[in-house]
Amino acid sequence: MTESLNASWPLWEVFVRSSRGLSHVHAGSLHAPDATMALRNARDLYTRRNEGTSVWVMPSDSISSSDPDSKGGFFESPQGKDFRHATYYTKSEGVKHL
Amino acid sequence: MSTTSQHSDAAVADIEAERAGQQRFDEIIAADSRIEPRDWMPAGYRKTLVRQISQHAHSEIIGMQPEANWITRAPSLKRKMILMAKVQDEAGHGLYLYSAAETLGTSREEMVQQLLSGKAKYSSIFNYPARSWADVGAIGWLVDGAAIQNQVPLCRASYAPYGRAMVRVCKEESFHQRQGWEILLELSNGTPEQKQMAQDAVNRFYGPALQMFGPPDDDSPNSQQSMAWNIKRFSNDELRQRFVDMIVPQAEALGLTLPDPDLKWNEERGHYDFGELDWDEFMSVIKGNGPCNVQRMQHRREAHENGAWVREAAAAYAEKQARRQQDAADAHLIGA
Ligand SMILES: [Fe+2]
Ligand SMILES: [Fe+2]
Repeated sequence: MTESLNASWPLWEVFVRSSRGLSHVHAGSLHAPDATMALRNARDLYTRRNEGTSVWVMPSDSISSSDPDSKGGFFESPQGKDFRHATYYTKSEGVKHL
Repeated sequence: MSTTSQHSDAAVADIEAERAGQQRFDEIIAADSRIEPRDWMPAGYRKTLVRQISQHAHSEIIGMQPEANWITRAPSLKRKMILMAKVQDEAGHGLYLYSAAETLGTSREEMVQQLLSGKAKYSSIFNYPARSWADVGAIGWLVDGAAIQNQVPLCRASYAPYGRAMVRVCKEESFHQRQGWEILLELSNGTPEQKQMAQDAVNRFYGPALQMFGPPDDDSPNSQQSMAWNIKRFSNDELRQRFVDMIVPQAEALGLTLPDPDLKWNEERGHYDFGELDWDEFMSVIKGNGPCNVQRMQHRREAHENGAWVREAAAAYAEKQARRQQDAADAHLIGA
């Protein structure tokens, strides 16, 4: 019985904000029975050395992600659109602050 | 269309997808880029990684035992706090690694069961006892030191979640090695008895620590494939040599000797030569005949069983809270 209970603990993804002004960044994952425990475990596991000022946890199965196999198709649109980057425009070379 | 030809169409599509997957995988490896969990990967690659990462996780978990044995007897409050922090780090390393292995599709429960049933292996170094306080120093300096030598190149392992876990682990390990070295330094500068205790500890852990890199390259048939897959970056013997070159001056700084009469600088090679290790003993410890194999497994099983009520209580509480929330939501719907 114990083992099946343990196995039913869901997986959580952990995001840590390392200091004020920065985004929360994915740190890793862990198992926990509920959100409160997930937060506590995340604190113990991912912020033992002042790595964080804030922690988010969310159930792993609530994340939607793009399909790795359709990478090309999904992210195709920026290709051939160099004009979205400042480096595309070269004629201003030598002109200051441009 | 008949059922048979539908089947064979599906089979052809599978083979095609397999071929495209293999090609993409080979390109990623050739470019020394990283494989992510949802990418196609060869079955052998997945299997090798699950074995290696879960064994690594088990080693961190079992590896807590020799040192945890000394927490209650640490010689000062400061040393006790340092040792507790180190042992807690090792638990954390185990969890980072289990998470990485889980991304390959093997459940945590399955890995834990493999460890508890004795089916899974862990690093044989942890089947040696920590007999004295000096052993805690020797373990930190030599065992964690050898682990770092092994783990730094693994930060660049082709399987990305493994590499990311190793980056975290390596950041934490350097404190482990230094605190161990400092324990030995204090003893070495202490009374003659204390110095002797430090020397004894080094004498006992030197050989087993060198064996942590695995058997000599000629007897390590899987290494080639792991290197071709960019999981392993250096051979066992290369890593061992680097480790020896690193610890010789560190031992000198301690004022202690390393128990190897063949250890000497080789001008031509630019490396230290060292003697043959006792590989019969190594194999015997792996097979279960080390001084502490039985004790380590028994302790792990007991710890798991003794923690069962905590896991059960936490799960029951979570379930109750979820049910209450559901009931409240239902009541709200009816009320509206
Ligand atoms: Fe560790
Ligand atoms: Fe360590």
